[in-house]
Amino acid sequence: MWRYIGRKLFVYLLTFIVAVTINWMIPRFMPGDPVQSMLSRAQVSDPEALEAMTSYYENLFGLDSPLYEQYLNFWWGLLQGDLGISVMRYPEPVTDIILGAVPYTLALLLPAILLSWIVGNRFGAFAARSKILDNTVLPVGYILTATPYMWLALLLAWSLGIVAGIFPASGGYSFSLRPEFSWLFVSDLIAHWFLPFLSMFLVALGGWAIGMRNMIIYELEADYANYLQALGAPRKLIRRYAFRNAMLPQITGLAVQLGTIIAGSLLTEIVFNYPGLGSLILDSLNNRDFFLLQGVFLFVVVGVLIANFIIDIVYVLIDPRTRVQMTGGSS
Amino acid sequence: MTLRVNDLKVYYQTLRGDVHALDGVTFDLADGEIMGLAGESGCGKTTLGKSMIRLDSRMRHVGGTIELNGKDVPIADDNAMVPLRYHEISLIPQYAMSALNPTRKIGRMVNELLRARGVRPADIADELNRRLELVGLDTDVLNRFPIELSGGMKQRVVMVISTLLDPSLLIADEVTSALDVSTQRAVAESMVEFRDRGYVKSMIFVTHDISLVYQMADTIMVMYAGHIVEKAPATTIINEPKHPYTQMLIGALPEVGSTTVQGRLEGIPGTPPGLLDPPTGCRFKDRCPMAFSKCSEQPPLVEIEPGHWAACWKTG
Repeated sequence: MWRYIGRKLFVYLLTFIVAVTINWMIPRFMPGDPVQSMLSRAQVSDPEALEAMTSYYENLFGLDSPLYEQYLNFWWGLLQGDLGISVMRYPEPVTDIILGAVPYTLALLLPAILLSWIVGNRFGAFAARSKILDNTVLPVGYILTATPYMWLALLLAWSLGIVAGIFPASGGYSFSLRPEFSWLFVSDLIAHWFLPFLSMFLVALGGWAIGMRNMIIYELEADYANYLQALGAPRKLIRRYAFRNAMLPQITGLAVQLGTIIAGSLLTEIVFNYPGLGSLILDSLNNRDFFLLQGVFLFVVVGVLIANFIIDIVYVLIDPRTRVQMTGGSS
Repeated sequence: MTLRVNDLKVYYQTLRGDVHALDGVTFDLADGEIMGLAGESGCGKTTLGKSMIRLDSRMRHVGGTIELNGKDVPIADDNAMVPLRYHEISLIPQYAMSALNPTRKIGRMVNELLRARGVRPADIADELNRRLELVGLDTDVLNRFPIELSGGMKQRVVMVISTLLDPSLLIADEVTSALDVSTQRAVAESMVEFRDRGYVKSMIFVTHDISLVYQMADTIMVMYAGHIVEKAPATTIINEPKHPYTQMLIGALPEVGSTTVQGRLEGIPGTPPGLLDPPTGCRFKDRCPMAFSKCSEQPPLVEIEPGHWAACWKTG
């Protein structure tokens, strides 16, 4: 067990180092000079002042040193939790900006991923039970998965947000309010959270339900299910076994989906103008703020790695076959 | 008389019509009898075995009755069958290798099954351990997952689980087919041992391996195309078969037929008839060297000598 976890940890560490390196490289080889764009915003016309400011900023961002030094400095800063200073919102540190956006993204992603997964699996298992449910839940599931996300999100924003006016269609909270811990602010926060959450939830729901329904039907035809039925075991017991066994591929599916779900949250946040990491990525790209971009990517990478690691461990706990293989037993 | 099957008809429903897999099967099984049920693939032997415990969704009970210990077995009524299953009639399936839930420890699965059938696992734990040891397994297998066991071990575990509640009737469906010869023998011997100790009252041993069933069974019943052709004590079937099909079947076996000096083993020319639209009369007549005009009528299964039944106009 511990050897297995150790080996996994090593692989994740390696992935992390490679990811950080690529992450560091991409913005530096992107076209456009961030310092120039910052100075052009300041509209300085005096060439001497311009030069002084350029060297000041380059020194500040560490851009005047050779590349390998920048790379090492980046790692050093990273280990201290220092990701540099944002160009876009100078002089705010990148770490602070990200930490401000992370709660929004997590509050959106975690419930959407987990609830859609749980509800989808329940629905799917339920649908496998009867013809009527199968004929209603399944087509709805197919429609939900086949709908392009952008379209569904816009449709929701338009129908519930603009036409019906039940939920605000944009922003993380009303402009008239200040972040504080009061009933008014929290309820406003939830109202703004609802539409982006609903759109992500619905899109993921259909896929899980269809997958689960197919797996359950497959498992109910399996030999062990037939054997238990021949011995007169009640349907409840057989369904419980089938459900548990059908969950295994769904858990792998969740792990695989995590990466794409984070990309999906980028779209959500843009459509609903939600102040999470996704919006931050778009803003920093538009402003060539590569310190910020780098920081956000780093956060996403770490998030995906942690999620996958957790699922690896969970998988070992629930599937005896993986457990046996890694303790060196024969199959 | 433990089991009495009377004119049992079970058809498979397909898109092209009914497949007459069991077309009027009548036989008795005595207390303590181990009956080998032999025949080619598709002759209805597995269907007969399954009919007695659980019809699957494609199978339809068309006619006939089954009686166990004087009581009617309502095979067409899935819910009414539940109390009988496991307690009275049990099954060792063809797929014993994959009959155990892969994600449950065997012991836990057994306990959950027992509890679901109204038996307290604690009451039976000692018996379970004793029987596992009887078939040569360590009681530690209960703490393992099915994938940690070899095929033969899984086979034996399933054997113990299926017979744990001392059923009156055990249907063993091709239990030895996936095993190598030495394990086959061990399994067959355990089955006889189980009968001798009274763990099961009587047993139907479905197989296509006549030489194996000859060593353990009291009687052998041979089926052909959904009909019974012959039933007799094992030695009689092997040494003095009366029905032409049985004769040719035994003639095609190297091991058992070795008492007579043969040059080449003869197969049976032709193939069994399709059961979607079965021929009238004797179903073996197209392949039978002794067929004559009367064979266009269906021969009844008659007792030609005590305990020896055959369905052929030539033997009657």
